[in-house]
Amino acid sequence: MNTAKLTGSAALDGGQRLAVKYFVVAIVLFGAQILFGLLAGFQYLQPDFLYGIVDFSVNRMVHINAMVVWMLFGFIGSIYWLIEDESGTEIVGLKLGNLAFWLFTIAVAIVVVVYLVVQTGPGTIESIWWINEGREYIEAPRWADVGIVVCVLIFFYNVAATFTKGRWTGIGGVLVLDLVAVAGMYLTGMFYTPNLSMDQFWWWWVIHLWVEATWEVLVGCIMAWGLIKTLGARRQIVTTWLYIEVALMLGSGILGLGHHYFWIGTPEYWLTVGGFFSALEPVPLVAMVVHAVYDSGVHRFKSPNHPALAWLIAHAFGNFFGAGVWGFMHTLPQVNVYTHGTQWSASHGHFAFFGAYATMNIAVFYLAAQKWRGNVNFGAGLVDNGWKWKWSLGLLNGGVLGMVMALLVSGYDQVFIERALEGATWSGFFKAQQNAWYLQGMWWRQVFGYMTFAGFFLLVWDLMTIGVRETRPAVFHTEVAEHAA
Amino acid sequence: MSNVPWWASEDFWRKTAIWVTAGMAVVLVVLTFDTVAAITAGHSRVPAYEVINKRIYYRMSTARGFQEPVIGADAPLFGKMLSPEEAEAMVSHGKLTLQARNCASCHTILGNGAYYAPDLTKAWLDPAWAGESAREYLMVKFLMDPTTNARGFGGKRRMPNLHLTEDEAKAVVAFLKWTSAIDTTGFPRNFTPIAQEGDR
Repeated sequence: MNTAKLTGSAALDGGQRLAVKYFVVAIVLFGAQILFGLLAGFQYLQPDFLYGIVDFSVNRMVHINAMVVWMLFGFIGSIYWLIEDESGTEIVGLKLGNLAFWLFTIAVAIVVVVYLVVQTGPGTIESIWWINEGREYIEAPRWADVGIVVCVLIFFYNVAATFTKGRWTGIGGVLVLDLVAVAGMYLTGMFYTPNLSMDQFWWWWVIHLWVEATWEVLVGCIMAWGLIKTLGARRQIVTTWLYIEVALMLGSGILGLGHHYFWIGTPEYWLTVGGFFSALEPVPLVAMVVHAVYDSGVHRFKSPNHPALAWLIAHAFGNFFGAGVWGFMHTLPQVNVYTHGTQWSASHGHFAFFGAYATMNIAVFYLAAQKWRGNVNFGAGLVDNGWKWKWSLGLLNGGVLGMVMALLVSGYDQVFIERALEGATWSGFFKAQQNAWYLQGMWWRQVFGYMTFAGFFLLVWDLMTIGVRETRPAVFHTEVAEHAA
Repeated sequence: MSNVPWWASEDFWRKTAIWVTAGMAVVLVVLTFDTVAAITAGHSRVPAYEVINKRIYYRMSTARGFQEPVIGADAPLFGKMLSPEEAEAMVSHGKLTLQARNCASCHTILGNGAYYAPDLTKAWLDPAWAGESAREYLMVKFLMDPTTNARGFGGKRRMPNLHLTEDEAKAVVAFLKWTSAIDTTGFPRNFTPIAQEGDR
């Protein structure tokens, strides 16, 4: 207590210093995601905007790729952040980890420049290797895939070797096994075939089994650790909850993969398998809400880091509604045969990615900011009453929720006109796109997009300034309990 | 610790998580073997590439309760019958062109992709192409200069000119013809195909 307050990188352990680098790049990419999303959204309203210069396809690709990569950078950073604390030892192979960070970041920068400047290539395998793979979410050319695998292997080595050297906790065990799956699933997307059905079959192993299985487990681990840190929740309870969530998540999510195999040429038994198991997918997300709300209630919301706790709660609800409820709405094949490939999917995608993953990353950013500022109080009585984090929380959540609702209105309209009335033809598609209600949804989506961008700026401003003038040290709930005892 | 019932214990749930995950993974692997066999080109659900030499049309199946693609008589694409190897090479060139030109960042295909432009799954059978006989040439003309031959159906949205060569455009048409013969279990629902000559 009476030692001089350490701030900045001096306050951090080795893993955390590396984590901060990942967080900075993640935040830059978060900004890029929103910016290119706004450009693409505006092209829905004014199709001639940047036509032939930076077409919708380019903006949309950068939008979703920036999203995937900032999520990954956030997760990787989060794990580097917690690893020394969780394993109780110094990180193993930090220099290699730093090298991987720079390789990864430079690769991402090159890929984005090629996306924006070169954009497309001739119909040859060389284009797939060097320009653009042309497969949604994993458009990065094959050379970058190889680089990503190398970086992830280094990351895996850091994590597995550190836990092996230190102590294996429940969180550590789940984390390491999950990372094996994260790396393994990515490999299933790294091949070319002229057979579109085969292509999409394996492509979903990457997309679905990442997003709806391994990523969910990853954020489950971060959430478990975060609840211990923000609330002082008991490790045994948190770990038990984590196992329950893993059982429910992978119990439903692995075969829930089948909801992507309804219409791509795959056999009809997937209608039953996919429909049934994906209908169960919201169950673990309900468990997560119960878990977060229960722990917060038991600890009476007493936390030395209010913004982090608020974003953890936002995560629990966002994951449940965005991934769970919005996914369930159109996951049964009887509904999906009409809604598949419409703005319904866009509505679900925005809500799920933000609710499940962006929120968790932002929560960890706040935990990192706290330690960076010398472990000062981020709880009650913040300077300025913490208006910046509260407003950015409101603007970001309100903005995304607004976009989600607007896209859903457009989605309903599209499904009725294009699919139900017009026989799913091209003229039916355009008739729906020009319908007044559809366009109203698109306008509102754009307005809420600007709101989201405002929330992002406020978030960045807050992360740069929160706690700078704060002098009171953070008092963790566990310490409070000990003192009380 | 000792007061915790077995069903709430950490140990019980750790074992449950492992067994459930392993069990589901095994089921997925078994189903994957079956599915991969069914979707290999030339098997039950996905046509062989030389199907582009045939007429492909769409018909209601009363047994299945939805429409399904039917392979008809010879109808060589661009007037030339292709060997299985030539057909595969052409379809593959079309798919590579689709990927390299980033088509799925505007269009969906099999319902997956972006929602800015129409789905390509049944592009070959879409009524936008006037009639069956003229369609392949109209498609090539459109693909090579979509700005001039814009098909916005009254709206302002236009496909940008992606400077496809004639070979690339023809290969894309071959790929889309092959795609239209994939059995998509009735997706998209209620699809209204092109006027099918002699079929009604």
